[in-house]
Amino acid sequence: MTPGSYVVEVIVENKPLARDPEGETIHQNLILKGGYNQVTGVRAGKLLRMNVEANSPEDARAIVRKLSDDLRIYNPAAHTIQVRVVG
Amino acid sequence: MVKVAVIQYPGSNCDLDALEILRGVVKAKTDLVWHKDLVHNDYDAYVLPGGFSYGDYLRAGAIAATSPSLRIVKEAAEGGKPVLGICNGFQILVEAGLLPGAVLRNSTLRFVCTWTRLKVETTRTPFTNGAEKGQVLEIPVAHNEGRYYLDRDQIPDLERNQQIVFRYVNEQKEATEDANPNGSIDNIAGICNQKGNVMGLMPHPERASLPEMSADNQNGGRVIFDSMMRTLRGPGA
Repeated sequence: MTPGSYVVEVIVENKPLARDPEGETIHQNLILKGGYNQVTGVRAGKLLRMNVEANSPEDARAIVRKLSDDLRIYNPAAHTIQVRVVG
Repeated sequence: MVKVAVIQYPGSNCDLDALEILRGVVKAKTDLVWHKDLVHNDYDAYVLPGGFSYGDYLRAGAIAATSPSLRIVKEAAEGGKPVLGICNGFQILVEAGLLPGAVLRNSTLRFVCTWTRLKVETTRTPFTNGAEKGQVLEIPVAHNEGRYYLDRDQIPDLERNQQIVFRYVNEQKEATEDANPNGSIDNIAGICNQKGNVMGLMPHPERASLPEMSADNQNGGRVIFDSMMRTLRGPGA
């Protein structure tokens, strides 16, 4: 247990089955055109970085996970999220 | 006397257009209500207008969906009152969970502002009961996030429950890719809840309710407001 301030990131992206035209355009028109054929796919999303006061990194992550569900930081009909503690 | 509320959110910008059509064209007693002032379910119907509530931050409609006014709207919806969400209003209803699915960024990645043809898929709603099934209405869209999305395997349920109200079609009334301005799944332009009393659509019927405002001198959007008022006033009115 290390009470303190943690940096927690939430990454929101479209579900795999929901098309992501922004990612597709970046892939087709920038990355492949630029010659980076090793890149086989791109998904664009949204990143929220939150500073959270918590008792531990696990608590910080749990708080952000809970608020993401409670406040609909993402729309579960179309999006997935990843929540991770980065600092 | 029947009373309608047009709810204003910070960033609503089609509120006055909706108000004008309701008051001036279909002659409904209508109040423009700031969302924080909507604390009682005193109205017979609610209209959530288009715009960019809260700057579309996070996701279009996501922040407005947490406004306490949505509690009143939910209460009204559960009581069977008509609730209409236009464009950003549709996005708010989806984000508030009154309608299923999500409204995502246009597949073209461009803001789209154009006239569309909408095929009426069901007349069971208070917003389409004055139209004919299969009728085509010409109504414009103007949005950046209008791509209706629901998992493909849930579309048959939506269809079976007659929750798909409008589809984008071409001149031959076919739901083609070319007729679809934003990449919506199955060309869906508007949907309703299971009961049918809550409807959202991306096109703007308030911009097509007067012949002089329409490219084709028609008033295709008016039937939506006329239907709502006929429902509220009763068929004999």
